[in-house]
Amino acid sequence: MRNPQLDAHGELTHLLTLEGLPADVIVRILDTAVPFTSIAERDVKKVPLLRGKAVFNLFFENSTRTRTTFEIAAKRLSADVINLNIGASSTTKGETLLDTVDNLCAMNADMFVVRHAQSGAPHLIAAHLNRTGRTHVHVVNAGDGRHAHPTQGLLDLFTIRHYKRDFRNLTVAIVGDVLHSRVARSLIHGLTTLGTPEVRAVGPQTLLPTALSALGVRVCNDMREGIKDCDVVVMLRLQNERMHGALLPSAGEFFKHYGLTPEKLAYAKPDAIVMHPGPMNRGVEIDSAVADSDRAVILPQVTFGIAVRMAVLSMLAGN
Amino acid sequence: MKIEIRNGRFIDPKHGIDRVTTLYIAAGKVAAIGAAPALWNANRTIDASGLVVCPGLIDISARLREPGFEYKATLESEMAAAVAGGVTSLACPPDTDPPLDEPGLVQMLKHRARSLNQAHVYPIGALTVGLKGEALTEMGELTDAGCVAFSQAEAPLVDTQVLYRALQYAATFGYRVWLRPQDPYIGRGGVAHDGEVATRLGLTAIPPSAETIALAMIFTLVRETGVPVHLCRLSTAEGVAMIRAARKDGLPVTCDVAVHHLHLCDVDIGWFDTQCHLVPPLRSTRDRAALRAGLADGTVDLVCSDHTPVDDDGKQVPFGESEPGATGLELLLPLTLKWAAEDAVALPAALARITSAPAAMLGLDAGHLAVGQSADVCIFDPNAHWLVEPRALKSQGKNTPFLGLEVPGRVRCTLVGGQVVYEA
Repeated sequence: MRNPQLDAHGELTHLLTLEGLPADVIVRILDTAVPFTSIAERDVKKVPLLRGKAVFNLFFENSTRTRTTFEIAAKRLSADVINLNIGASSTTKGETLLDTVDNLCAMNADMFVVRHAQSGAPHLIAAHLNRTGRTHVHVVNAGDGRHAHPTQGLLDLFTIRHYKRDFRNLTVAIVGDVLHSRVARSLIHGLTTLGTPEVRAVGPQTLLPTALSALGVRVCNDMREGIKDCDVVVMLRLQNERMHGALLPSAGEFFKHYGLTPEKLAYAKPDAIVMHPGPMNRGVEIDSAVADSDRAVILPQVTFGIAVRMAVLSMLAGN
Repeated sequence: MKIEIRNGRFIDPKHGIDRVTTLYIAAGKVAAIGAAPALWNANRTIDASGLVVCPGLIDISARLREPGFEYKATLESEMAAAVAGGVTSLACPPDTDPPLDEPGLVQMLKHRARSLNQAHVYPIGALTVGLKGEALTEMGELTDAGCVAFSQAEAPLVDTQVLYRALQYAATFGYRVWLRPQDPYIGRGGVAHDGEVATRLGLTAIPPSAETIALAMIFTLVRETGVPVHLCRLSTAEGVAMIRAARKDGLPVTCDVAVHHLHLCDVDIGWFDTQCHLVPPLRSTRDRAALRAGLADGTVDLVCSDHTPVDDDGKQVPFGESEPGATGLELLLPLTLKWAAEDAVALPAALARITSAPAAMLGLDAGHLAVGQSADVCIFDPNAHWLVEPRALKSQGKNTPFLGLEVPGRVRCTLVGGQVVYEA
């Protein structure tokens, strides 16, 4: 089965997931992003790479941060950006997802940045475009259900590379709600593809998917064991609706066991960095003393995210 | 009309016949096998040299989508699909809209099917009103109208007291009860087997315990009431092992498997292929191996198509929102032959799983071709392969995971009651 995001020459035509993406493609995206980090520091924060291209932000699920960073990335590349916040209810109003896509294609869309609550929705759109011969239209997954959030995974990789240089001697711990996390899945695939020797998933059994070890991950239920001697600690956001009920008894108890405090962070290496995809719940998954410390690289992640998204959009437009 | 089917390999699993011979049909019934009856003068001769002549197939689960879902399929399209697949009798589950919980609906369905003069249709009645799992249906009236068994189809029966009483009531009058074992809670909202694929793709998972919890509960009720139960669409290795043990203990339980589950597993979902969204979910390779072995050793009694035509609108959506099911009437024979060839199961034994065994499950005197029996016959070429593609399928549902694959076994001719209803 060919990877649906690569064309016959192995070039990236859609970015749907980091799973199955060759290491050299991932590295090329990261390398491409490096010069884009300096654009923001210029007086004129624009390059003309996407001039005349129409980028549609197709958001079927609410998002502020991701949509904004994609919008900034596309605008800095001089693209025309059209934001559509369709909301999950639109499918019940009659128009199917693919009808929406066909309509926007008729408006000469060049690129779709798609967020959807259902795992696999961007794959469906990409397969539809490929099947109908519209291979010049590209799809970027901006988060689908629990499945993937590849640009977040890439910006996480970019951040890790920025601070730690080489993936091949790192221990990375991903802590919290891995079960519902597309961020975790994308980062796991990215790290294992780039040769990270130890990736750990840390959390209670209720928040870890069954077959996680098959993804090349070491599963730890104990936080101290999980972050011991780590180079990188990635804290995941715990959604409000998961804080009570059958998955967890309370946010407080979660914080007691898995919340990242200075005391727990002491188990990691002295130079370990702390990451978080945002938005943070202070006092639930992360203590303010850690979030505001110089160990946290959470705000640089956001800045790098724009450069990485510029890299992805410009590479797709070039292919 | 006198028809002579000459020189075919005649296989009648029930009677242990497997030899090249000639079948003589007169007045809609089997008149003789081997030697022509006295004063024989055929109106039509069918040369079956190189072909297999066997009883028409019996499929115990085929959704015809009427009433209520005519945009997905109609009786006309699906009955044509049945005979094109060599199926001469089929049972349809009650999950129509409205469900088959009233005698009038059943009579209408039977009448519509009869007027098409193709395969025989045997409705399965709803066990509870509206399949809601609350009140019993009028099983006596429904039986008089033509229902051959009662089930909840895919609707859960959460209330164990209602289930307990439904079993007792049905047993009082000897009605058959079919249940699909799935706990409604543990896999709630799930769309895929709880394994590596669901973990990778971020799909909500249905653990194998959804099946085993339900089996344990049903076995407890069967043990307590002594009421026989047929278990539909097994999917797990543990489930097969539990059934094997239960039967060894003498519990009156039987079971079936859908033909897709003999060949596919969760890995076939690939990148969210909604054609592989089935109920129960496709499970691991280990589960698939256990289902195949169970079918070979008789733990699993029979195979069905679990035919479910779904239109593009139901499949061209994200996996989690897609409608489960696959079209299957025309693939029941090919996929059963494929299983038999791969696992070295003799052809007569394989055909028993889709003729005599399902007939027994439905309580029908069918699925065999003794002299005097209604001439429901399937003639197929076991060596011909064909490509599964939308235009090759008569069913209105073109939804199958096997699109683009070659399968063995081409039906050449189907007879129902001595009439040729399909030829290719």
